Amino acid sequence: MFFDSSLSWNDILFLLDGAIVTIAITLASVALGTILGVLFGLVRAGALWWISWPLGGALDIFRSVPLLIQLVLFNSFNSMFRLHWSPYVIACICLGIYTAAFCTELVRSGVLAVPPATRRAARSLGMSWWQEVVSITLPMATRIVFPSWIGLSLGVMKDTSLVLWIGIIELLRSSQIITSRVQEPLLILTITGLIYFLMSFPIARLGAHLERRWQIQ
Amino acid sequence: MSYTFQWRPVLRSLPEMLWGASVTLEIAIMAMSVGTALAILLALAKRSNLKILSRLAGIWIEVARNTPALFQIYWIYFGLGSLGIGIEPYSALVFGITFNNAGYLAETFRGGFSAVPEAQIRAARSLGMGAVPTLWHIVLPQMLRVTFPALTNQMVWSILMTSLGAVVGLTSDLTGVTQQLNVVTYRTFEYFFVSACLYYVMSKICTIFARLLAWRLFRY
Amino acid sequence: MIQIEDVHKHFGPLHVLKGVSLSVEKGEVLSMIGGSGSGKSTMLMCINGLEAIEKGRISVDGVEVHAKSTDINRLRRKIGIVFQQWNAFPHLTVLENVMLAPRKVLRKSRHEAEEIAIEQLRHVGLGEKLKSFPSRLSGGQQQRMAIARALAMSPDYMLFDEVTSALDPQLVGEVLDTLRMLSHEGMTMIVVTHEMRFAREVSDRVAFFCKGQIHELGTPDQIFESPERPETIDFLRSAI
Repeated sequence: MFFDSSLSWNDILFLLDGAIVTIAITLASVALGTILGVLFGLVRAGALWWISWPLGGALDIFRSVPLLIQLVLFNSFNSMFRLHWSPYVIACICLGIYTAAFCTELVRSGVLAVPPATRRAARSLGMSWWQEVVSITLPMATRIVFPSWIGLSLGVMKDTSLVLWIGIIELLRSSQIITSRVQEPLLILTITGLIYFLMSFPIARLGAHLERRWQIQ
Repeated sequence: MSYTFQWRPVLRSLPEMLWGASVTLEIAIMAMSVGTALAILLALAKRSNLKILSRLAGIWIEVARNTPALFQIYWIYFGLGSLGIGIEPYSALVFGITFNNAGYLAETFRGGFSAVPEAQIRAARSLGMGAVPTLWHIVLPQMLRVTFPALTNQMVWSILMTSLGAVVGLTSDLTGVTQQLNVVTYRTFEYFFVSACLYYVMSKICTIFARLLAWRLFRY
Repeated sequence: MIQIEDVHKHFGPLHVLKGVSLSVEKGEVLSMIGGSGSGKSTMLMCINGLEAIEKGRISVDGVEVHAKSTDINRLRRKIGIVFQQWNAFPHLTVLENVMLAPRKVLRKSRHEAEEIAIEQLRHVGLGEKLKSFPSRLSGGQQQRMAIARALAMSPDYMLFDEVTSALDPQLVGEVLDTLRMLSHEGMTMIVVTHEMRFAREVSDRVAFFCKGQIHELGTPDQIFESPERPETIDFLRSAI
């Protein structure tokens, strides 16, 4: 169908199935990573140094070791502890922690960018610490780090390609499977790239747009 | 837990793994130096008045930033292979990371260029300096300071990205060596744990070295 | 000799230079005065080709500045310019700032360039600051460094564009002293300035700019004692 090749409509659907797996893993990992990241980030920004520093150091490990190695290690727990977890669970936990490692520093920088005077002002109105964080600090910090958070999420989306190593058939692996049958790697990989690009580029643009708009204000 | 750790064989193959680590560093440094040079050219091309030039640079930058690095390496390895351009996993990895670095850094440098005030260029030109000496002696050194943290990050990224070589069958870098050892022993956790430690040490050394370099370079 | 003939220039819809003609002789000090937006700074930028012109011609020692065939970088070696914002190169020491152009443009050896730079820096009273970075210098010192940087190219002409306007009042004096010294040494200078007393004291001639034209040109005594045009009278009344 494409350029007289033996590529069929079914192959394209198969690729799109892979893309859905990519998106699903991305969403789950980003959700997990963001929840953990906000919690850890608040701790990093506010807690005493003997809590904040070790936490920071521990999370730094996840940013300093290749994700592929982390996946293999997590996956090896399966056989070591006879867990029988599905590769999807392992992928999401691993990517989720990886995301949290980056998200924590984002949240921390965002919280620290909220002027202390504003926070004191809120407390002086009689708000509790928790009320102040929820209604003042987090909304302000969100505005500051949201564009970077979009960048982070897109990064995770691209990094999901690595989970093919532990046997998950996501977008990139799907393209390989088709290639082994159709024997036109260049065409199929280019289509695959296009799908990645379409998933990433519009959102990246939105992030850049928001960053510019919010900077002006 | 019924698993018993076996660390001895791993320690015995440590020299092999360290050798692999040196290959990893070699690839990362190569891809970073060529990538940086290309990125400067890309950033300049993007600003160029020549439509074709800035369009091509734009495509490079956006593809590098909006598709997975692993995809880029695949495309070079399998894609070019199918065109009859036989390519080793090693070269595919170097080209892939270089392509990726160039795209990300070009975007960094574009921001860096606008951080150098127009007046600096004007002052240099008024002394009779041509466009290229002005770029080399005035703009680039000042841009380096602004973009240095991003460059450091990208270097760490390059080191981590080299692990993707194993996916296209590279056996000589740290991940490749580790995978080879893993295949014959099935001691996955032990080997990859040590490998992870070595990557961590390399990342940290890189960061510390960059900090010392910055301290030495940017005393103004 | 600098010759300016009927120069016109627009910035978008704004007609900033409307036919300026002027000539400056070797050894002469000419001051350009006038309100902001009167075109005097733009005129200065045109003289060393930092701004293009649309009509007319400017020549320096017979070489046309805006001709396509002119090697503008070569011509600029003859014409030093110092800006309102001193534009020190922040990544280089004071000495390196001054050495850079002699080395890279005049292809002097490191040793030679260093000698020239030290001489010029001593000349403007910065002999003690050679190894400092510009960020450690006051505005007045940075401005004097910029003057030394221009002088290190041994230019035949020096252009000064409101060199004291961005300085704190207490630092203006040291920079004006440097300019005064240069004029006594016989440097050919065009000085755009708001310092009326200074203009009156050092200039051989004064040009009053208004709305992109030279409205009045004469000796300081003529301009400041007996101005003829009503615009000049108005301007001087508000400026002094």
